[in-house]
Amino acid sequence: MTKFVISGAEHADGTRADLFIADGVFVEERPSGADVIDADGLIALPGLVDLHTHLREPGREDAETVASGSMAAARGGFTCIHAMANTTPVTDTAENAEHILDLGIKADLVQVVPIGAITKALAGKELAELGLMHASRAAVRVFSDDGMCVMDAGLMRRAFEWIKPFDGVLAQHAQDSGLAGPGACCHEGDISGRLGLAGWPPVAESVIIARDAQLAEATGSRLHVCHITTAEGVDVIRWAKARGINVTAEATPHHLYLKTEEVVNYDTVYKVNPPLRTDEHVEAIREALADGTIDIVGTDHAPHAPHDKDHSFAEAKPGMLGLEQALSVIMETMVTTGRLDWAGVVDRMSAAPARIGRVAGQGRPLVAGEPANLVLVDPARRATVDRDASASFSRNNPYHGRDLPDPVELTMWAGRVTHRR
Amino acid sequence: MKNLLGIEGMSLDDIRAVLATAEEMHEIQQRPVKKLPALRGRTVVNLFFEDSTRTRSSFELAAKWLSADAINVAAKGSSASKGESMRDTLMTLDSMGVDAIVMRHAGSGSVAQAAGWVRASMINAGDGTHEHPTQALLDAHAMLRHFRKNDLGDLEGKEVVIVGDLLHSRVVRSNALLLPQLGAHVTIVAPPTLMPPGVGTWNVAVSHDLDAVLPSADVVMMLRVQRERMLGGFFPSEREYTIRYGLTAARLAKLAPNAVIAHPGPLNRGLEISSAAADSIRSIVLDQVSAGVAVRMSVLYHLLAAEN
Repeated sequence: MTKFVISGAEHADGTRADLFIADGVFVEERPSGADVIDADGLIALPGLVDLHTHLREPGREDAETVASGSMAAARGGFTCIHAMANTTPVTDTAENAEHILDLGIKADLVQVVPIGAITKALAGKELAELGLMHASRAAVRVFSDDGMCVMDAGLMRRAFEWIKPFDGVLAQHAQDSGLAGPGACCHEGDISGRLGLAGWPPVAESVIIARDAQLAEATGSRLHVCHITTAEGVDVIRWAKARGINVTAEATPHHLYLKTEEVVNYDTVYKVNPPLRTDEHVEAIREALADGTIDIVGTDHAPHAPHDKDHSFAEAKPGMLGLEQALSVIMETMVTTGRLDWAGVVDRMSAAPARIGRVAGQGRPLVAGEPANLVLVDPARRATVDRDASASFSRNNPYHGRDLPDPVELTMWAGRVTHRR
Repeated sequence: MKNLLGIEGMSLDDIRAVLATAEEMHEIQQRPVKKLPALRGRTVVNLFFEDSTRTRSSFELAAKWLSADAINVAAKGSSASKGESMRDTLMTLDSMGVDAIVMRHAGSGSVAQAAGWVRASMINAGDGTHEHPTQALLDAHAMLRHFRKNDLGDLEGKEVVIVGDLLHSRVVRSNALLLPQLGAHVTIVAPPTLMPPGVGTWNVAVSHDLDAVLPSADVVMMLRVQRERMLGGFFPSEREYTIRYGLTAARLAKLAPNAVIAHPGPLNRGLEISSAAADSIRSIVLDQVSAGVAVRMSVLYHLLAAEN
């Protein structure tokens, strides 16, 4: 079915207007012979765009595949996800990037955009083939060693220089390894001290952001800061933006909602890197997302098999699921609290991430001529999250058992329904 | 009590009961025939993911003197590196039908995690840099015996100074939770680099100046400092650490007349403690070791026999 009428939907600006779709795009005229989708009481938003998704294919297809992650994305209201480079092998060549692209095309549930590594094998020693990845069919524009911080400032500078001609962006995992080494697994503070877990101090994040912002300024290139978790990090972003540096920033749903107290029972589901923080940091992140200092929500969806979590807290793999509950958590933390209106949600979860990734046809308004990417949202519905009701192959869902908004009624990508409740 | 996961989680009644029974077990230890039938037919597994001499052998003796069957399982190296999850290792042992698992592991919180997986009673023999509850209990027991023997009362009002690498110490965390409940006033001393975050919320006084707190101490507990920590920049040199924070012969002379010296071992002689201090008449280091068996007998008794 290629023709739809979505009737009665409210739009992000509060107006109500039927939407007409034919051949994958929004059209002016009501098409004849269309499927009518009753959207009375629902809100129509542009399809969500995630700039930070870990799919585990190739390498750990038991934890997630491009197909299973794509399904989870569709269920979460996403029409575009960016596949992080830390697979096995790492996405550090044109061939590997095209492989991810093709897996996404084959799954055919969401636009899968490969992210390329900044350095070969994420080792932080030599540049990956940034330009060749960009020139490939995958047209890579976002580069990240996420999971690892590029610690060598000289290498980071060269990467900025290398990607500037083709308008690339470096997405940095900001974690100074001297201040927060590989063992750091808990926000440094009262709780880490009491639990005997190696601390991850906020300054380990902010010093790297400051360094990279200055490198972005010096090179005139673009910096995106992944998963900001600290008030100090927000302060540096605010300073950099005021100075006119080309920097954008991201917050995850879990860092907007969950706090460091979750780890007191050593439940490894709550082990994530960077770690969950205290109230004051969560408040700073919410405020920064509301005022635009933080530009986007990125899920950092990080599936892990149970046997990678069934270790001591220090040895368990870091990361938690995020795609299916991202909008739920943003509603709970930002919309119901009055910090963001629906237009704000559209900006932070669709328009801005598409703009940073330079993804044409995503994050666009629901108007004639634009690709029909949308999500229908029930603003009133709530449900208890059940980790077993997930499309992901993994179950490391930190929201399991919590009562949260359950908004996604229908997701449409390029004029096709990819998820319907 | 089903498990002993930490001093945190023990009620004061539990603590007093364990210490009282330890006193009785201490008498058994002095007998030529050291065997009680209390745990006949019960099985205790010592599951040590990390090396240990005194804690493991002390638990083994404790189990055997109570007539339990005791086996040692050394699971050195991280389970993650062997490909087996920690959960699988625990579930495997548990499925054999053992009654108690005494576990040491480099991961903080690992014993509490294990308690959520198995039917057996879990006993924490040291989990990472979190807790070492039987060490704190034996420290208290050794101190109490010393005070009583010398007509110095109990721990009420006593000044206990704990010095060393507190950041990486599970002993200090357990003692900071235990000793104040027994009436002691605890002061913890470390250089700023080796002080855990958040000690302001602990029920202890905090100092960076050993010389200032030493003269009023009734007990000085020196904790081990690993030389490898120097590599992380935690202290500049052994020499500087010893001069600023070691219990040197000069500091030994500054102790109050009745003060005693404790150390959970193993000792790094010449670094945190001088031989003059370790071997002095004030040292209760070996009393701690013998207290260890009595306290562990008491813990096994309370977990496996007392309620049946």
